[in-house]
Amino acid sequence: MATVRIPTPLRSLCGGEAEVDVAGATVAEVLKNLEDAHPGFAERIYDETGRLRRFVNVYVGEEDIRFGDGLDTSVDDGQVVSIVPAVAGG
Amino acid sequence: MTTFRELLSRTKSEIDEIDFEEGERRLNNDPQTLWVDIREADEYENGAIPGAHHIPRGFLELRIENVVPAKDTPLVLYCAGGTRSAFGAKSLRELGYTDVVSLTPGFNGWKDKGGKFTIPRILTPEQKRRYHRHLLMPEVGETGQMKLLDSSVLLLGAGGLGSPAALYLAAAGVGRIGIVDFDIVDTSNLQRQILHNEARVGELKVESAKQTLQGINPDIEVEAHAVRLSSANVMDLFADYDVIVDGCDNFPTRYLTNDASVLLDKPVVHGSIFRFEGQVSVFWPGKGPCYRCLYVQPPPPDLAPSCAEAGVLGVLPGIIGSIQALEAIKVLLGIGDPLVGKLLTFDALEMSFRTLKLRRDPECPACGDASQVELVDYDEYCIAPNMKPKDADAKGLHAQAEEALGA
Repeated sequence: MATVRIPTPLRSLCGGEAEVDVAGATVAEVLKNLEDAHPGFAERIYDETGRLRRFVNVYVGEEDIRFGDGLDTSVDDGQVVSIVPAVAGG
Repeated sequence: MTTFRELLSRTKSEIDEIDFEEGERRLNNDPQTLWVDIREADEYENGAIPGAHHIPRGFLELRIENVVPAKDTPLVLYCAGGTRSAFGAKSLRELGYTDVVSLTPGFNGWKDKGGKFTIPRILTPEQKRRYHRHLLMPEVGETGQMKLLDSSVLLLGAGGLGSPAALYLAAAGVGRIGIVDFDIVDTSNLQRQILHNEARVGELKVESAKQTLQGINPDIEVEAHAVRLSSANVMDLFADYDVIVDGCDNFPTRYLTNDASVLLDKPVVHGSIFRFEGQVSVFWPGKGPCYRCLYVQPPPPDLAPSCAEAGVLGVLPGIIGSIQALEAIKVLLGIGDPLVGKLLTFDALEMSFRTLKLRRDPECPACGDASQVELVDYDEYCIAPNMKPKDADAKGLHAQAEEALGA
């Protein structure tokens, strides 16, 4: 099981939870299982070509998956996967 | 009973002294050596050896370990004639300093023989009182405080983040603070924008900010820029300041800020907030990633609702803006580890801070190896909904955006 950290703008999709525990050995699997459990995440995180949107980043632990294996980045049991969108408010 | 002469001569026999020639050699060729001027303030103010730390004899034992923590640091002590520095050197040896010498015949002889000296810049008595708590810390001290007084920060936005950031930077004695904001104070701002108050509703935010900041610290200059940041003015505005504190409330300005800062090599202390969450980072071109390395492109407006639409807890910008002020001061003083290559995220409901690693993207359109930055005003693409143009393209984008994040 991995723990997915949900950013505030997306918490309405999972009943307001800040963290959701999801199974999966890679980021793609974790996000697929997140979508199955709480539909609506995929269209907000991915663009129409199935890539991560360019203002949303995903981290496994402290590391940005773009500098690892992207969506194939492996996720160990108990690791935290964070979805971090750009925020503009000030 | 020991006489003074006997005490002095015994002390001198127990320490090492260096003469003018050796002093000059060390000053010119030995940057490891730390010079300590132990004369009284009025003597020091009339001229001192360049780079010397000033610790009056009466405070030497009390303060030396703060100023010079490493006991094997090579130290040259000097006073006016070599007597006080002899006693000082003996005392420092007793404190465990292993490489201490006394300069004879002191500053007066040094000056007579043509040794280098400068008239040190000093804080006024009023400044010493005002910044006293800074002066007590060796990481700031009088040198650091003068650095702050000589430095300048440009704040983007006199709003939720800009308010606490500006208050703390002004109080800390950052010598010149510029504020860019074209907005006016509205009652709904007062829930969090602590620069302003009830009586200033309807006034320009920059003028209200200036009044508040000068009320806290008349020792600094505040420059009000009541303009909208655009590709036409951003370069001139940024060029005039050391550090940019980005507390604006929209993506167009954030991307414009990033791209201009990359062109000008200016560090940007970035802060952003949404409801109960905040992000802080320091984007310092040449030293770490930039904002576009993190988020390549701005989202369409409805993918990222503003505080005006989504709401924000009033205290949240107080925390994030204060961290921005702290990071700006660290950058200006060159102390500690600023959040370069790190994104600090804060969740107020959990009361948790997390740090994520950021990396430079070699293919970044702004700071990448092959990139050529062109300043773009994103207004037509990404603008606050209440200012949205009514043309068909914008409507199309709006509809597209509604299908995705945050709609």
